[in-house]
Amino acid sequence: MTATRIGLLVAAVVMVTVPLWVPGDYYISVCSQILIYAIFALSVDVLLGYAGLVSLGHAGLFGLASYTVAVCLGAGFGHVAAIAAAIGLTLAGTAVFAALSLRTTGIGFIMITLALGQIAWGLAYRWVSVTNGDNGLSVAHRPAPFGFQLDAPSHFYYATVVVFVLAVLATWIFVHSPFGASLKGTRDQPRRMNALGYHVWLIRFYACLFSGFLVAVAGILFVYYTEFVSPPTVSLTSSAEPVLMVISGGSGTLFGPIVGAILIEIVKNVASAYITRWNMMLGAIFVAIIMFMPEGLVPGTMQLVRQLLKARTKTVATVEPTSSGPVP
Amino acid sequence: MTALSIQKLEKSFGGLRVTRGLDLVVAPGERRLIIGPNGAGKTTLFNLVTGELRPDAGSVTLFDQELTRLPSRRRAHLGLSRTYQIITLFPKDTLLRNVTLSLLGLSHLRWNPLLRLDRQHALIAQAEAALSRVGLGHLAHRPLAETSYGERRRVEIAMALAQNPRVLLLDEPFAGLSVDERRDVKTLLFAIPRDVTIVMIEHDMDIALDFAERITVMHFGEVVVEGTRVEVVADPRTKEIYLGE
Repeated sequence: MTATRIGLLVAAVVMVTVPLWVPGDYYISVCSQILIYAIFALSVDVLLGYAGLVSLGHAGLFGLASYTVAVCLGAGFGHVAAIAAAIGLTLAGTAVFAALSLRTTGIGFIMITLALGQIAWGLAYRWVSVTNGDNGLSVAHRPAPFGFQLDAPSHFYYATVVVFVLAVLATWIFVHSPFGASLKGTRDQPRRMNALGYHVWLIRFYACLFSGFLVAVAGILFVYYTEFVSPPTVSLTSSAEPVLMVISGGSGTLFGPIVGAILIEIVKNVASAYITRWNMMLGAIFVAIIMFMPEGLVPGTMQLVRQLLKARTKTVATVEPTSSGPVP
Repeated sequence: MTALSIQKLEKSFGGLRVTRGLDLVVAPGERRLIIGPNGAGKTTLFNLVTGELRPDAGSVTLFDQELTRLPSRRRAHLGLSRTYQIITLFPKDTLLRNVTLSLLGLSHLRWNPLLRLDRQHALIAQAEAALSRVGLGHLAHRPLAETSYGERRRVEIAMALAQNPRVLLLDEPFAGLSVDERRDVKTLLFAIPRDVTIVMIEHDMDIALDFAERITVMHFGEVVVEGTRVEVVADPRTKEIYLGE
């Protein structure tokens, strides 16, 4: 069994047994939140890590999904209709975001997504007749898929695990597909890809749609998790958070955004209970990551392990001939 | 029918005219060499032909098909392939992945988000064959970053040939190579079948003149001399451009 398979097995066992060993409902809910943000960070990583496009407007799409569910449920629609509408509207919103932002790359892309995210925040804040402004919207009850009530934190956690695993699997298939290879090519050499026959713009556009789908899933889970949505969900800070998760965990990897989400959510929700200046601590962690593992925690750790193994192999190779050689 | 026909091509960057009413006709199967001093507009000409730059005026046709308004990616699908003066590859990937990406560019598979690329055995076999053709089959799984400059040049050629081009544009394929590497690349280029028309920019006259049947001398964005090797070498304008006489 390879190290990756062992790691996956351990992760699966840990995830499934969380409600058994995590003390209390609060911490189970924190675990649900980690998984939701991990999906959010994965959606950002599809663009940042695999397409080389940094979006600072993803919270706008995340909020669009959350608000759509809340508005639809408030209007008397069922959960299936609300979820379908949230996915549909978020994909349409992503298409608009992408059509406007993909006119450029680099700093230009960042600035356009930032502006679009701020427009979404402005709408959430000011379109009071729909969003209820500052007061936000509440969701009366969570769904009960196949009769499985999600009201208990552990039940909701398990539902989140299922969605999370599906999201990770979908992303894994996506990035290992021919389309994923094309996307990575457009990140590394867009000019070359064009000359090789690829439609660079369209590849990036489809990648945005896939990212939009993932962010819609995260936004839907989020509104059911908090049973409430308000303008801070759509703010710039909410857009920056998953970007930081991706950068700290390691962009262009599947596990990097997940590790980043675990790190940031634990500091935000657990360490903050014990440390008043937890923001400062988070900043110090980021600085340390950038200084010692600039490519992120996951690739950095893997590189460290490789170096240690290499050093160990070298030591063994140096020692062996001496021990087996002739005695003078 | 001509393989590549360029007529009255014009391109300016601000006040600088880099291509001045340039005409060029290349016959099918021909080996054409383009020479000229630095700044003559040779690479710009390639960029105009491949669509990476849009001409201000004039036309480009490939086997009588108008290309002038087509985007770069469409030209690749019509059989136009190129290599770059400054090596432009995918440094994080293996040699095999580089060539696979080249093949994928012309395949409908490139849009597929559901299949696993490493299980596309037919495509990968083609990529391995393309690498073997340039003598790099044994390095297929090596990351590009761990290869020599000469090997990267050959990867560029493998990527271009993998697309089965009708017209191949080679931009200084011998630049920066050692004597041994030049010999290898020369052998490789001589082995390309005649159904591929080759237009090459090169400064190494010994190799290039051996290879080319017709030569075009460019200067300040214009064609100054054109003809066979003997005609071009004998033309006083060639000496004037190169030696300043």
